[in-house]
Amino acid sequence: MSYELIGITVLWLFLYGYLIVASIDFGAGFFAYYAKISKKDHIMNQLISRYLSPVWEVTNVFFVFFFVGIVGFFPETAYYYGTALLVPGSIAIILLAIRGSFYAFENYGSKQSNIYMFLYGATGLLIPASLSTALTLSEGGFIVEKNGEVSLKYLELFTSPYSWSVVFLAIMSVLFISAAFLTFYAARARDYPALKLVRTYALFWSVPTIIASLTTFIALSQHNERHYEKMLDLWWMFGLSVGFFMLAIGLIYQRKYYGIAFISVMFQYLFAFFGYGIGHLPYILDPYITIVEGATHESMGIALIAAFIGGLFLLVPSLILLLRLFLFNAEYVKGKK
Amino acid sequence: MDIDTVLMSRLITAMTLGFHIIFATIGVGVPLMISIAEFVGVKKNDPHYKMMARRWARGFVITVAVGVVTGTAIGLQLSLVWPNFMQVAGNVISLPLFMEVFAFFFEAIFLGIYLYTWDRFKKPFTHWFLSIPIVIGGGLSAVFITTVNAFMNTPEGFAMENGSFLAVNPLAAMLNPATPSKVLHVLSSAYLACAALLAAIAAFTILKKKASAYHKKALKLTVTIMFIFAAANLLTGDTSAKFLAEHQPEKLAAAEWHFETEQGADLVVFGWLNDAHEITGEIRIPKFLSFLAHGDFNAEVTGLEETPEKERPPLWIHYMFDLMVTIGMALLGISFLYLVFSMVKKWNELNKWFLWSLLFSGPLAFLAIEFGWIYAEEGRQPWIIRGYMTVDEAATSSPYIGLMFFLFLGLYIVLGTLCIITLRKLFRNNPVEVELEKQYPSIEKGDE
Repeated sequence: MSYELIGITVLWLFLYGYLIVASIDFGAGFFAYYAKISKKDHIMNQLISRYLSPVWEVTNVFFVFFFVGIVGFFPETAYYYGTALLVPGSIAIILLAIRGSFYAFENYGSKQSNIYMFLYGATGLLIPASLSTALTLSEGGFIVEKNGEVSLKYLELFTSPYSWSVVFLAIMSVLFISAAFLTFYAARARDYPALKLVRTYALFWSVPTIIASLTTFIALSQHNERHYEKMLDLWWMFGLSVGFFMLAIGLIYQRKYYGIAFISVMFQYLFAFFGYGIGHLPYILDPYITIVEGATHESMGIALIAAFIGGLFLLVPSLILLLRLFLFNAEYVKGKK
Repeated sequence: MDIDTVLMSRLITAMTLGFHIIFATIGVGVPLMISIAEFVGVKKNDPHYKMMARRWARGFVITVAVGVVTGTAIGLQLSLVWPNFMQVAGNVISLPLFMEVFAFFFEAIFLGIYLYTWDRFKKPFTHWFLSIPIVIGGGLSAVFITTVNAFMNTPEGFAMENGSFLAVNPLAAMLNPATPSKVLHVLSSAYLACAALLAAIAAFTILKKKASAYHKKALKLTVTIMFIFAAANLLTGDTSAKFLAEHQPEKLAAAEWHFETEQGADLVVFGWLNDAHEITGEIRIPKFLSFLAHGDFNAEVTGLEETPEKERPPLWIHYMFDLMVTIGMALLGISFLYLVFSMVKKWNELNKWFLWSLLFSGPLAFLAIEFGWIYAEEGRQPWIIRGYMTVDEAATSSPYIGLMFFLFLGLYIVLGTLCIITLRKLFRNNPVEVELEKQYPSIEKGDE
């Protein structure tokens, strides 16, 4: 395996990791706000704050990791995406900043206010929408280079059915992944009122999620035929994804094995995300950057991979410790510690 | 129009960094103070020190949050605002950037654990051990990110052909000549500034209320640490000056208003430039610049005239340099006097003058860090990678950069204000005496 391919695989894996942990976080923000306006916040808040408090910073690092990694491995991306994404990227930074810091201000600082809960809920949906723009752009057609100047075609972006279907899919997925996780977490905490509530959320959001996946598929076929054809060749990956989705919904519906249900959701997205990603290759930005031409020097690529390995030796045990102390510690989850 | 986008790009980066380094410095320095306080507390079994660690940690979380989000901002802005720079330099500096993220990751994980496990372990030292990865993680992120900045000052570890880097050696780029002196100076000044900040808080409380045992202990501990790092900072600053004289003479020359190359060069302290570009009102220390730069009073110091006019840094960095050094000296002096006074029984180290000057030390230390960074960054103008790429060539061509500046300005005003409000609420409504009683019901009231 060439070092570029290792690089993009690891980065894709980290982006997938961010997709899962950030979805849980962002969706929880929305549910917390929704619970507040529907006067069910007393059921939800304990559950959400106990899980999220120790891990919000870790979630953020997944994201930083990805964008530092992609610029490191493929410096060309900085030139194209950097110039084109100045506005959407800055807006995403500001939303992330509002969310991250307000979270700490509220949680450690003072009592919950309505404005804060609204911002917390709203950013939870707006951030995935703004971040998914980067994925939309990677399909090509929105970023143009003329006389050495890179610019983003806003009109095309805002009128494209594909870009809207991606935004829709991102938001639905966030809500679905988050609800599936909270269902599992509530079951572990034996918090039955919360379980009852989040289980209905999970079932409810499963329908638009699958619809959005199909529309995105169709819109992609209109927008980038090459990518669409390659994804059709990988039909079995998407088949597995749908299979895991059915399994997850089945289990949640039958009120059984919520842990396996959540793992199925993770596999559902793993296969879909990698199927999408493999189909995208060799382009990172169609048609300007390919993984081979856009890659950094070999010596740097190898150094980065060595850093990955070294870093993972440090991080994996620490993450396991974190999960064992909080997520999988029955006493803590139940709120006794 | 071109000039405008470059200027706005510089301003937006200066603003984000200027805001971020306050919180980044706290992020590097305060964990060490928390760790020391908890260690002393556990070792002596003294609830006061344990409480110190708890209260500092609680305030620390708020600042970490701002540090994390502004750090994320600057990370993304590197590519958004300086796309041409990252396209070229990304080949060489991505390793330390990446390792910085790992260090930050490591710190983030253990900070989460540390904050939520105060009473979960049987042995108190177990919890203290969790603070060590936070100190190490914070320190290492400073080390790695500083190597990136050092590279931009003294680029090494590559060959250049037709505007792109070839034969990249990532480790040589990280361990460039500027790295050792920069890393040491950044770390020592971060620890110094945080000790000064916490000392200022203790001094403030003693001035406002009466001196309780808790606050006296806090003051003594923080001023002691402050003295140690102020001394270390003086040494690392001296190393930096010697480094500059050898590798970046134009930065030192601009800072010292040393125009002509000469032997036995005088050190110019304070003063200003008149319209004819002559120095007036200065204090001259004969031959001292030669000594500072080379450890020899008669050594030759390169003047600014040796640098082509277009490649000279602005002369106003002299003020930044002087302010930074003056504050550094003052912090050393104040902490030293405090320690002398506290050792002599007859003298009162808690007199008003001391407390007031300690109160000012905290904000001054942070100002010195800002001045130092402005000096270091402006001192390599007009280069973004010294000798290879100028700032004009690196900036974005996007016309929206001006708009983004105001967007971020608004964000930082909101974040800064909310941070202060939250911290005030956190501590004002929850004085230490009340908390000590709650946490350790057996303790006698801390007040004398």
